[in-house]
Amino acid sequence: MSVVRIGAGAGFQGDRLAPALDLAERGKLDYLVFECLGERTIALAQQARRNDPSGGYDPLLERRMRAVLPVCARNGTKVVTNMGAANPLGAAQHTARIARELGLTGLKVAAVTGDDVLDRIGSFVLDETGAPAEDLGDRLVSANAYVGIDGLVTALKADADVVICGRASDPTLFLAPLVHEFGWARDDWERLGRGVLIGHLLECAAQITGGYFADPGVKEVPDLAAVGHPLAEVGADGNATITKLQGTGGRITRATCIEQLLYEIHDPARYLQPDVVADFSSVDFQDLGTDRVGVSGATGAPATGQFKVSVGYRDGWIGEGQISYAGANCVARGQLAVEILQARLAPHRAEIFEERGELIGVNSVWQGASRHTSAPEVRVRYAARCADRDTAQRVAEEVEGLYLAGPAGGGGATGMVREVLAIASTLMPAATVKAVVEMLEVHHETA
Amino acid sequence: MKLHDIAHARTGDKGDVSNISVISYDPAHWSLIRDHVTPARVAAHFGVFATDDVTRYALPQLCALNFVIRGALTGGVTRSLALDAHGKCLASVLLDMELDNVKTVTD
Repeated sequence: MSVVRIGAGAGFQGDRLAPALDLAERGKLDYLVFECLGERTIALAQQARRNDPSGGYDPLLERRMRAVLPVCARNGTKVVTNMGAANPLGAAQHTARIARELGLTGLKVAAVTGDDVLDRIGSFVLDETGAPAEDLGDRLVSANAYVGIDGLVTALKADADVVICGRASDPTLFLAPLVHEFGWARDDWERLGRGVLIGHLLECAAQITGGYFADPGVKEVPDLAAVGHPLAEVGADGNATITKLQGTGGRITRATCIEQLLYEIHDPARYLQPDVVADFSSVDFQDLGTDRVGVSGATGAPATGQFKVSVGYRDGWIGEGQISYAGANCVARGQLAVEILQARLAPHRAEIFEERGELIGVNSVWQGASRHTSAPEVRVRYAARCADRDTAQRVAEEVEGLYLAGPAGGGGATGMVREVLAIASTLMPAATVKAVVEMLEVHHETA
Repeated sequence: MKLHDIAHARTGDKGDVSNISVISYDPAHWSLIRDHVTPARVAAHFGVFATDDVTRYALPQLCALNFVIRGALTGGVTRSLALDAHGKCLASVLLDMELDNVKTVTD
């Protein structure tokens, strides 16, 4: 294949479906990739699977597959996704059921597993806690390795039309189809680095087409409401053009591409990935016309041989409450409310790990802004991480209590309690993590 | 003049690390941004980070800097009490940086 057309269907679990469907219909795509797993999503999914062994995959899988499968089957577009979350096989079985209902006989759906390393995580020391994972005891929920292309490429070689995995590094979802199509060698570090770059640029979907970018009067984005998702036209050398469909909103320029290039990147010369250490330090972008930007200059170095592992664990409860103050002297009344809450929660401090009180509109995002003393309105926010649910509930209740027993003119109190599912990380030798591929074929007769 | 007048920016997050890109609109402003937006000034602007927590990478061909701030997200996205646990808003806060004593070199 001389050019591979690969598009982004989703950049996070709850991403919008309409732009993905538009890409499937009009994008002449070879691949449509849905990246739907955040840092914590898989731990939440693992909890869901404990409650329902057939569950634990993306709740939007049904809606997405039902919408795009008929279109992709008609257009010869393969779907690659990490919507399998904590249960790729369950997700593949569900997808096969949907395909059967839609009459897509012969469709091949692959489940890629092997990323779940909970059974062997015990002795690995976690970066954040400095202690072995097993010390978490029954608070330990999940451990998933950010795997590379192995299982995905195996599935594609076996002619899968839909490939569903759990945790893989996000760019891997894009790199695997490119390695499969172009036959890049597993030690062709330059091309692997370029493939990672394409995946990195596309994996957040609208973040390269004008989303997370618009700044009125400064960085204008036309018709952001109808923003389209991106696609890449990739050559066999791994260089590419990033573009989007005509008629969609948003824009692709050097500026949107540079912002996305550095998004969630630390050292641009060493972007650690399972299959390569990508080097973006010499990347450049070329404006090739409206909403068309050329990308070149990425390279790579041998992979480290270690996979990053995300470990999910229960870490107490967060209780939170909010209440508004407006008009004359509202900042001072809001600050008084925070002081009252600190005093009223003092008897419970043994069960409170950490807490913060702040004024939304003054200093909730940036603590350094505390010097501001006036605002048209403020919203007090008080949050605490607690040892147990009851204490967290008390935090929310004390905020509501400000209605009658707080400063003048407090309104619109809300409260919330949630369990904390924290993520820590460690490294595991790649050789100990093996991909497993299971293929399901949709038969008309097996209704 | 504010940094916002000559540059755009984006925040990303990984665990307890925030990264903020700062990109010059006009190549003519690149050297000014490179010389004045230092890790020390970034730390001082936020007022809550130490200079040693801030590492800066430069991509001159893109007129872009990347600031990596360790410990910026009060324990990380998943357990932070912050309203903006990802620190998504931090790039815009950085663009508020005053460059009062700096002359534009384009005019």
